Amino acid sequence: MRPILMKGHERPLTFLKYNREGDLLFSCAKDSTPTVWFADNGERLGTYKGHNGAVWCCDISRDSTLLITGCADQTAKLWDVQTGTQLYSFNFDSPVRAVDFSVGDKFAVITTDPFMEHSSSIQVKTIAEDVSEQTSESVLTIRGPQGRINRAVWGPLNQTIISAGEDAVIRIWDSETGKVLKESDKEIGHAKPITSLSKSADGSHFITGSSDKSARLWDIRTLTLLKTYVTERPVNACAISPLLDHVVIGGGQEATHVTMTSHRAGKFEAKFFHKILQEEIGGVKGHFGPINALAFNPDGRSFSSGGEDGYVRLHHFDPDYFSIKM
Amino acid sequence: MAVVDGRQPLQQQNHPNKIRWGELEEDDADYYAYLLPPPVVIGPDENGVKKVIEYKFNDDGEKVKVTTTSRTRKLARARLSKKALERRKWPKFGDAVHEEVGNRLTMISTEEIILERPRAPGSKAEEATAPDALATVAKAGAVLMVCRICHKKGDHWTAQCPYKDLAAATADTFVDGPPSSESAAAPAPGARSGTYVPPGMRAGATSAGERSLPDRRRNDENSVRVTNLSEDTREPDLLELFRTFGPISRVYVAVDQKTGVSRGFGFVNFVSRGDAERAINKLNGYGYDNLILRVEWATPRAN
Repeated sequence: MRPILMKGHERPLTFLKYNREGDLLFSCAKDSTPTVWFADNGERLGTYKGHNGAVWCCDISRDSTLLITGCADQTAKLWDVQTGTQLYSFNFDSPVRAVDFSVGDKFAVITTDPFMEHSSSIQVKTIAEDVSEQTSESVLTIRGPQGRINRAVWGPLNQTIISAGEDAVIRIWDSETGKVLKESDKEIGHAKPITSLSKSADGSHFITGSSDKSARLWDIRTLTLLKTYVTERPVNACAISPLLDHVVIGGGQEATHVTMTSHRAGKFEAKFFHKILQEEIGGVKGHFGPINALAFNPDGRSFSSGGEDGYVRLHHFDPDYFSIKM
Repeated sequence: MAVVDGRQPLQQQNHPNKIRWGELEEDDADYYAYLLPPPVVIGPDENGVKKVIEYKFNDDGEKVKVTTTSRTRKLARARLSKKALERRKWPKFGDAVHEEVGNRLTMISTEEIILERPRAPGSKAEEATAPDALATVAKAGAVLMVCRICHKKGDHWTAQCPYKDLAAATADTFVDGPPSSESAAAPAPGARSGTYVPPGMRAGATSAGERSLPDRRRNDENSVRVTNLSEDTREPDLLELFRTFGPISRVYVAVDQKTGVSRGFGFVNFVSRGDAERAINKLNGYGYDNLILRVEWATPRAN
């Protein structure tokens, strides 16, 4: 396959997300300008101007009209997807790390980093149907986990919130009361900070990537460890294929160590694993730095990767990918 | 998508405003942008070929016509929903509004990227693990290992033969180049070709190391130094020249490791001292390859 290279960002990529139909690709980078691309040919549709810091995460409503972004400038912003105008800005007292719309787009979960005297928090905001009625009040605020919470997503039927972060523990919270329902076992869980978390297409399980050079597959309700995928480098990003029993894992050594070794030793490739057999299927090379973000197109026929090198690489799979036999 | 870029400076046209090229400053090219014809978009035609013609001032203040020809291919299986088709027509916003045709934010990789399989499809995982190169050599050696001195099979290499010193070193053991390189250049067939084996771990390497020290001590006795050799002279030539005087145990021509050119001197070791002496007497001052050879006893090294 010949990937499409998109060089819209001047700084490392942080997050990639497709909309539900898979025709738009949203990219976040440390250069404060989230960008939307046409996912088929990589043409840039527009940029969302207004943030003033690294944008860490974003999410798109189901009807692709509303975009929420979380940024290190201590705000999370709502945007009109079509015009790029800012609709609302939630202000926090510390950088925002993760955002996620609930099923139905009535709520959004937002996590904030520990900063100065503030500890990290998970906050739930209501998203008003009419933007003029939008308020910044939190329905629920959860404090407790130590360190950054790198991802927080909604569980099935919005009954739970799953969070994972620097303390390497995955927690399932009750989205009504804010109480911990389940915690991943230290023994079987990750040993180092969890960098990424991505749900499967049907939302029944999710994958976590960690600096301990592994990615793990968990059941979203029981939090039982299903599978483990081991690589040679810290995992920065992971995604589950919606079409085949594949997972893709991206990473590479930390950016600060890149100059000390040759790029071959860096292992900056997106690695495909068989989801069930846990066997490596193959690697897709191309980035000149660690992969920070990965996303599968919802149709499963293409995927994109964003790297520390500032490029988004959009790969449309060759036909033979779909007939790979293990 | 094929992109062709044709850049040709246009001659300055007589403009009603009579702006001279000298008045154009480099910095404010945008200021004079109104002088430029508006960009023209031709197509896309039925083949999907689109032509965009833009004009701009380059750094030298010349008017430049930039023609960008691109072809849009329809992607297979591009089944878009109604909403997605609608979104396709959305106007650009943000930074994407003033997209210059030339800046190429989106490119198709020139490199073909394949999904690199960790092993050949269909093979078992166990096969893929590379067997220890040394073990393979040893195993293959068990069959192939035939000592050339005592003709014993599978026990030791020629170089490690316990009867090595008893056997008379004959000229037929001689090869062009140092002995260790032969065994290294032709690895045992069982060894995986393409795997790098450090010189120290190659077959025969240890033997070469073991041998070199006692050899040198022994060779120093009847060693003859030959200097003023021509660049073309190689070890077989020297052997040819000196073998008439008696059995020879070693011939060596110093070769520059970087350039591979002979450094113009070499050593010949005779089995008997008398032969060496005769060779010196006969060949010192001998005209060889348009040069006068200088042949003398090799002085043993200080250490």
